[in-house]
Amino acid sequence: MIHASGITKTFGRTAALRGIDLRVQSGEVLALLGANGAGKTTLLRLLATLEKPSAGCLTIAGLDVLREPQRVRAMVGLVGHHNYLHSDLTASEELLFYGRLYGVEDARRRAAGLLEEVGLGNRSALRVGALSRGQQQRLGIARALVHDPPLLLLDEPDTGLDAEGLQLLEQLIDGASRAGRTVIFSSHDREWASRHSARTVILAAGSIRHK
Amino acid sequence: MGRQIGALLWKDLIVELRRREQVLSLAVFSLLVLLIFNFAFDLRRTDLAAAGPGILWVTFVFTAVLSLNRAFSVEQDRGTWEGLLLAPIDRGAIYLAKLAANLAFTLVVEVIAIAAFTTFFDLPSNVLQLIAAVLAGTLGFATVGTLFAAMAANTRAREVLLPILLLPVSVPVIIGSVKATAVAFEGVDASTGQYPWLGLVLAFDAIFLAVSFAVFEYVVED
Amino acid sequence: MLAASAQLDSDRRAVSPGSAVESRSNAILGWATAVLMAASLYAVFVYAPIERTQGLPQKIFYFHVPLAWDAYLAFLCTLIGSIGYLRTSQRRWDALAQSAAEIGVVFTSLVLISGSIWGKTIWGAWWAWDARLTSTLVMWFIYVAYLMLRSALGRTVRAARHAAVLGIVGFIDVPIVHMSVTWWRTLHPQPTVANPAGPTLPGSMLLAFFVCLVTFTVLFVFLLRERMAVERLRDDVDELGSMLLAGAA
Repeated sequence: MIHASGITKTFGRTAALRGIDLRVQSGEVLALLGANGAGKTTLLRLLATLEKPSAGCLTIAGLDVLREPQRVRAMVGLVGHHNYLHSDLTASEELLFYGRLYGVEDARRRAAGLLEEVGLGNRSALRVGALSRGQQQRLGIARALVHDPPLLLLDEPDTGLDAEGLQLLEQLIDGASRAGRTVIFSSHDREWASRHSARTVILAAGSIRHK
Repeated sequence: MGRQIGALLWKDLIVELRRREQVLSLAVFSLLVLLIFNFAFDLRRTDLAAAGPGILWVTFVFTAVLSLNRAFSVEQDRGTWEGLLLAPIDRGAIYLAKLAANLAFTLVVEVIAIAAFTTFFDLPSNVLQLIAAVLAGTLGFATVGTLFAAMAANTRAREVLLPILLLPVSVPVIIGSVKATAVAFEGVDASTGQYPWLGLVLAFDAIFLAVSFAVFEYVVED
Repeated sequence: MLAASAQLDSDRRAVSPGSAVESRSNAILGWATAVLMAASLYAVFVYAPIERTQGLPQKIFYFHVPLAWDAYLAFLCTLIGSIGYLRTSQRRWDALAQSAAEIGVVFTSLVLISGSIWGKTIWGAWWAWDARLTSTLVMWFIYVAYLMLRSALGRTVRAARHAAVLGIVGFIDVPIVHMSVTWWRTLHPQPTVANPAGPTLPGSMLLAFFVCLVTFTVLFVFLLRERMAVERLRDDVDELGSMLLAGAA
């Protein structure tokens, strides 16, 4: 699914990633561990095509991120530090918007269905700004799933979630392989991460120290 | 792509409708500018035909600059800009949607400003010609303005940098629009008076709509 | 950073070792410019006759027009560099665009100043919104904005890319500005600085003019190469700096 070789990313004078080689199989659940500043977020952003690698080759589902970024974007969902929500839209409008953006068929039905799945069905008409932080995080996850991406990336998703949201997240990650979805998530909680992943990779100062 | 542009435009319009911060404050601002002009020039009726178009367009230019400043900075401040970049949307489509939204907001404010202008200054005009001039000119600012707003949004001095980028480049629009508007006020026969100036502005619109659409992705990608 | 991102830029490596040869060839160019400049001064002040109606101030024309030519040439180079950079992402195109833009702004400023001085002798005023000077002034603002944009974004890839876009937009706009300002002015005809000596230039004046034109073109090339060499040095410094930091980490 993912082939990364020699991936380097520099910002000005600092190298956030140095020579990362990584292979991820389709349907695998991978956990990224590492201290702050180790490069976990950078790697996830590279996979989401928000950044371009300074050097090296990265392909997702056989598509080169530099040459065909749009096709890659259609296959990736990212739950990042920011939930990418608009505080003035209602929950269902938010999903409708992103659904249309991702070219989802029958976006309205998809939005309604997703809201039920994340437990916000009864809050669909509420504005995002009126939702609690935990509810917003859950909506953020729904947003990332609106186009049913084969690759789901989550950057420290366990932070900011309420109990119901954490349960949802765990169900999502655990059910991923069964659904054929590849999941990569980063976390500070080593114990939680190993419980919910098939493989863990540790990053330190931009390089991989395998487990 | 059309569906995506529609979605993005719809989103910007709904958010503005609910927040009401942009259109309302810009409308008030434009009225204030007209007020200041009244004190600045102490116009009598006869001077008005000469100075009127200029006053109107200076007001429009200031308003357009303020409006454009917010086109991208609003997204960036709220962090939703990356949400757009994550999606498989053609960068040119983002440009067109932002252009359309900005056009909508600015035109609403301009209508209010014109209403105030004709009230304050009681100037008869050919409405159709006035509309043509205002539409063409506003579009002209919006085409390069949206592009430059995206550039300026990446800098710290964005409020100042945008007009520095926009004003020199849009000189042809300013010249053409003021002249075209002057014709509307003086009631000069359109076939000789307005068409060449309108043509200049429309040519600018077409050229820079195409150019900005083509280069927008380079401004947005990193 | 521009230099770091140019790690894939193989031709940059090729340039640095040969920089000694480069600077020698540019030194020759510099001397040639000096010689040509001396020749121009002779041609303008000794060889060319004094114009009948305008007198001595008319001689500003011999510098004013070649300066304008240089400015347009410079901005054309910025256009070429901008397009080249957007297509290849190679630093050398961006260096061309940036260096040429700076030189272009300098020359444009000189065009405005010389035009203003000349105008003072004709109109008695330092400025009169003449069509050509006005559109030159607008062009000046466009490229000053280019420099300010670069300055605001620092020495980054983003700055290079944004500037490249502006370099293209600006150049497309310049003829449109010129046209619209000329139309604007034809409604209120004003004396222009266009008329050096009546409908045709006598042979001696023409010769002096061409000597100046050649001189200033060579001057432009010399300055451009010098400026680009400075840009290369800056890139080298950046590169060394980041290597040091990487090694220390």
